[in-house]
Order: sequence, then structure tokens, then C-alpha cells
Amino acid sequence: MKKQSIDSISARPKPWYDPRIRALFFQVVTLGVVFWAGWVLIDNTLSNMQSRGISTGFGFLDETAGFGIIMHLVPFDATMSYGRTFWVGLTNTLLVSAMGVVAATIIGFLVGVARLSSNWLVAKIALVYIEVIRNIPLLLQIFFWYFAVLASLPAPRQSVEVGGAFFLNNRGLYLPGPVTQDGFGLVWGALLVAIAAVFGLRSWTKKRQKASGQLFPTVKVSIAILVLLPLIAFFLAGQPLEWDLPALKGFNFGGGISLIPELAALWVALSLYTASFIAEIVRSGILAVSKGQTEASKALGLPNGLTLRLIIIPQAMRVIIPPLTSQYLNLVKNSSLATAIGYPDLVSVFMGTTLNQTGQAVEVVAITMGVYLTISLLISLLMNLYNRAVEIKER
Amino acid sequence: MKRMILVALGMTFVAGALSTTGVLAATTLESVKAKGHLQCGVTSGLPGFSQPDEKGNWTGIDVDTCRAVAAAVFGDAKAVEFTPLTAKERFTALQSGEIDMLSRNTTWTLTRDVSLGLNFAGVNYYDGQGFLINKDIGVDDAEQLDGATVCIQSGTTSELNLADYFRAKGMKFKPIVFDTSEQTVQGFAAGRCDVLTSDRSQLAALRSKLADPNTAKILPNTISKEPLGPVVRQGDDQWFNIVKWVLFAQINAEELGITMDNVGEMLKSDNPNVQRLLGTDGDMGAKLGLPDDFGHAIVKQVGNYGEMYDRNVGPDTALGLERGINALWTNGGILYAPPVR
Repeated sequence: MKKQSIDSISARPKPWYDPRIRALFFQVVTLGVVFWAGWVLIDNTLSNMQSRGISTGFGFLDETAGFGIIMHLVPFDATMSYGRTFWVGLTNTLLVSAMGVVAATIIGFLVGVARLSSNWLVAKIALVYIEVIRNIPLLLQIFFWYFAVLASLPAPRQSVEVGGAFFLNNRGLYLPGPVTQDGFGLVWGALLVAIAAVFGLRSWTKKRQKASGQLFPTVKVSIAILVLLPLIAFFLAGQPLEWDLPALKGFNFGGGISLIPELAALWVALSLYTASFIAEIVRSGILAVSKGQTEASKALGLPNGLTLRLIIIPQAMRVIIPPLTSQYLNLVKNSSLATAIGYPDLVSVFMGTTLNQTGQAVEVVAITMGVYLTISLLISLLMNLYNRAVEIKER
Repeated sequence: MKRMILVALGMTFVAGALSTTGVLAATTLESVKAKGHLQCGVTSGLPGFSQPDEKGNWTGIDVDTCRAVAAAVFGDAKAVEFTPLTAKERFTALQSGEIDMLSRNTTWTLTRDVSLGLNFAGVNYYDGQGFLINKDIGVDDAEQLDGATVCIQSGTTSELNLADYFRAKGMKFKPIVFDTSEQTVQGFAAGRCDVLTSDRSQLAALRSKLADPNTAKILPNTISKEPLGPVVRQGDDQWFNIVKWVLFAQINAEELGITMDNVGEMLKSDNPNVQRLLGTDGDMGAKLGLPDDFGHAIVKQVGNYGEMYDRNVGPDTALGLERGINALWTNGGILYAPPVR
């Protein structure tokens, strides 16, 4: 009797009492319900739209757009398709996001370090900057940089001029555009050689330091190689470069490179705003490194600069990277506020004008959401990879 | 786990229920009557067309078009609630059923009529696109605008007309696209662009918003046809007919000389056209699903088309627009309503 009961306990339970099978069953059911609900939603939307006579599908992407866009990194004119307006908007979004991420990171690190400065004035200026900028809504800041700064700039005919080559007015900043001539390939070649040389130099100095402990001024020598080599090639090739100077033609300036005020205002606002958050992240990262690390470094006789570069920053990065990633994601998503000041980003061009002219809201909004999701996931992925490289290695 | 399953099942039923109620069950007229008011989509503020005054009362020709429909349905022109919409939001608001009709200076085009699931119920203002330009620039004609920077509102037919016009003339331009007309004027005032383009009726109103309106002028060119009118959802012919015939009733009232002041006396008129319109003879209202005196209610509370025009955009208003092509066909205009019979 006793033996039998032990047998029945140790035997496999009936499937509906087996926790693993039960868990699997419920997960399959849940997944099924989720998919089914999603399908019902899509099917419902499609059939409702059809019954109300609303066009569906992605055929509109091939139709002629018929409207103009002020700034495009890919070739565009009004005879091209709605699909092309998507690429114009996307590249403009990526441009302002990339510019913003770089500028916000630089400003943020500088302000974050300044916030910890032992100089009272520097620390307080950094504090005021952070508290003012991060507590004013971003949209207002964008309006400020756009309308307040724009209104104070002169009209094209009264442009601020520097040496007949640089012009600043309320239509933007105009710079001379470089036009490469025959033989400029030599300069590119020299640049490639210089980059290869710098990599070679780095591995050589590392080897030498490990073998002999001798240091080498790698950074200074690298910069010298990168500048001098292409410069020598440039003069050897007979200076194969001309400048396309901007000039007033009719209403506006033509020629050269122009930076439109919409891009400038958005870039400045996004960079300053995000930088104020990054500064606090940097400060918290540096403070998170225990004081004992600095003291140990000093005890070993390392100078201040090296202590910061070799001891503090690498450890601070582990704390900084994850929240920094969120700030980058925020910046990219905030760039959609461009639509308020007429910068032709993805939301303004594609989800604005294209959506309106075609009326295909569901498709356009879905594509746009998909794009932002993809960009954000890519940034997350890159930052996670970087984080993995700098995180604590258990040894 | 059990609770999660229950929640999941609950959600499934909700999703299933949505899929059956998603299609509008009642007709628009029934649902409007059940609500007790008409929900009408208008602009967020465009003088002469739809704008709230200091007391929050909406005024304008588009607003009066909504009021006339409310007067026809309820016998009460005040039974309207207004939903301010941007150019971008307007069609989605109507498609989704958030509003019953859209009366928001919307241009009637083939694409909008055919592919959005909407119907244009008529034209309450014949407009055309023009240019507002800074006087300092010294341009007198739109053909001199080659290379100009143009401020424009997003989501409008103006965006397309502008590109078409410059392309046809072989000229270049730089568009600066803003979300709202307020921002567009700000951009123009800040000197971001040389010209501002919009429907001519709006240019006068936008010009009056400048710090010094005398610094800008409207160019003589009209580069497009912009028939503006009320819009309803496709697939409800009864409601489509109601909105269409309310507008026709106002135009016919002007043609027959029926005004807000004399509509009482006109009830005794021997003219059979007047009798049919005001409901003293025949059952015109019943055919539309409305009270027979719907014409009387419209003219008494909102007025005929001419009164509506003069009150909101006419020569004596801030906009100061002459009737022009918006006059009756008998007065050299193109307003011509089919007869009520």
C-alpha cells in the first residue's frame, strides 16, 4: 500500500497537472489571442475603409507628388513620386538627428564636467544652463530660436557679409562650396594612406609601450600625419580645388552651400535641450566613480589628465551609456517637432503634406511609426553593443 | 494565470464587438437627432469663415453653413457644436465620424471627392489662390517671382497649385511649409519668405494680422480655382441631400427675395416657388426627411445666401470682399441653385 502511493507520486502527472505543459499551453493560447486580436483589428479597419469608399493600399507611393520641398539631400522635384518624398523626409530627419546627437554629446560632456569644476563661476554657469534649458518645453525653445533669432537677422539684400564669401541673412547662412577639379583623387588617396599610417602607428606604439614602457606622443603625431599628408598631395597635384561663391540672384542667394534657418534653429534647440540632460548624466557618472580610485591613481603618480582619461572616464562610461542611449532616442523622436517651424523632416513632409494630398492616413502613419521604431531600435542596438564593450568584465 | 486568461478572453470579446459595431449602424440624420445637436468641423480661426469672437461665439460663412443645417434639422440654428480642426486633421475627423459635416474652407477636387470616402455637398464660396507680397520687393506681377521663397500652409491645395504654377511658368521657388496659418503669417512677418500664398479670401484676413498691413500687398494674379464647400461622408445619400439642399435653399431664397426680415410676410406669398421653399405648400421637407418648414427656419434664423455673405465676408466687413463671381447668376455671378420643386 505504502509502496504504491510513492509510485503514483513519482510517476509523470497527467498532462493537465504538469506545470510545464500547462505553461506552454497558456502561452500558446495567449499568443494566439494576441495574433487573432491584431488580425481582427487590421481586417476590421480594412473592411470599414472599403465600405466607406476610402482608398487603401500602397499604390499612392508611385503617384506624382506635385509639391516642392525646400531642402533635399536626395534629388527631388515636384514631378517625382510620393515614395521619393518619403526618402527626402527620412534623410532630412536623419541629418538633423545625427547633427543633434554629435552636438548634444559634445556640449553635454563639457557642461557636465564644468558642473563639477572647482571653479565656482564655471560650476554655477553650468548649473544655471542646465536648470534653465531643461525646464522650458522644447517646442517653445524651437520657436524661440526660429522666430526670435530669425526676426533679428537682416533681409538678403542687407546680408552680413564676410570677405564676399560668407553671408548671413534671414534666409540662412551661405558658405562657399568646394568644387573638386581633376587630380583631386590624389588628395583622397593621400588621406587614405594617412589613415592607414595612423592605425599602424597606434599598434606600433602599443607594442613598444608593452615591451619597454616607453610612451610616445601618439595623438599629436597622428594629427600631424592626417593633416600634412593630404596637404602635401594637394599642392603636388597643383591645388585642384575651386570655390563656388554664393551670390545674390534676384530674390535670394544662389550657389555655394546654404544652411537654412529651419535646420539651424532645430539643430540648436535640440542640441542645447538634450545637452542639458546629458550634462546631468555625465555628472552622475563621474560622481559614481568612488573617490578611492582617484586617490589610488594619484598614489601611483599618474597626472590629473591621465587619471581622468584612464581611470575615471572608463568607469563613468558604464554608468553613463544606458541613460545616454535614452537621450539619443529622445532627440531623434523630438526632431519631429520640426513640423512646427517648417523644417522638411519625415513628419512634416511625409506625414504632413503627403498624407494630406493622398488622404491615406492609415498607411502613411503606419510607415512613419515603423521608421521611427526602426531608427530607435538601431540606435539602441549600437549603444548596447558599445555598452557591452565598456561594461565591467568579470575576470 | 486564470485571471490573465479571463482578461484575454474579455479583450477578445471587446475586439469582436468592435468589429460588428465598427460600421455605422444608424444614418447620420438619426444619430444627429439622437445627439440633439450637429457636430460641425471648422477652422481653428479664419476671419470671415469660422472664428470665435471674444465671447466664444463662432462666426463666419462656414459657421453659418453649419447653422443653416442645424436650423433645417432641429428648427434651431443654435443646435450646433463646433470642432476646430487643422487642415491636416479635417478629413480624418469626418471619416472617423467625430464630426457630422465638415465646413472648413475646403477645396473641392477630384482626388478628395473620389478617394477619401467623402462627398462635397456644394460650394459656399468660389475662391482662387493669390499671393501676398512685401511692398519693398517691388514686384507687381506673379510672373516676376522666379527664385522667390514662399510661405505656405501644410495640407492645402495651395501647396500643389504653387508647384504647378511655377513649373508651368518655368520658374523656381523655395517653399517654407508651416502647420497653421498663424505660423505662416509669423514666418512672412519675420521675413523668412518673400511671398505668402493662400486663397485670396484669406490673404486679406492674413494681411490684417500684420503689425503694419500697409507694408504688404496682394498681387493681382489668381493662379487656381478654389471652390470651397461643405463635405459629408460618402454612403449616406439622405444626409448628403440634406446638406446640399440646405445650401440650395439659401441661394434660392436670395433669388426669390426672401430675407430674415421679410420671411414672416413671405409666408403669405402667392408665388408657388416661395410657398414650396418655405413649406406653406407641398412636402419638400418630408422628401428630405426634414420638417416641411425647413426653408423657413433657415432663412428666419440664418438668412439667405446674400445675407450670410454680406454679414461675414462682404464689402462692409473687415475682409471687404466684393461679391464677384459669388453673386447670383441673375447678377453676373455663377451662383445658380436648382429649383425647389
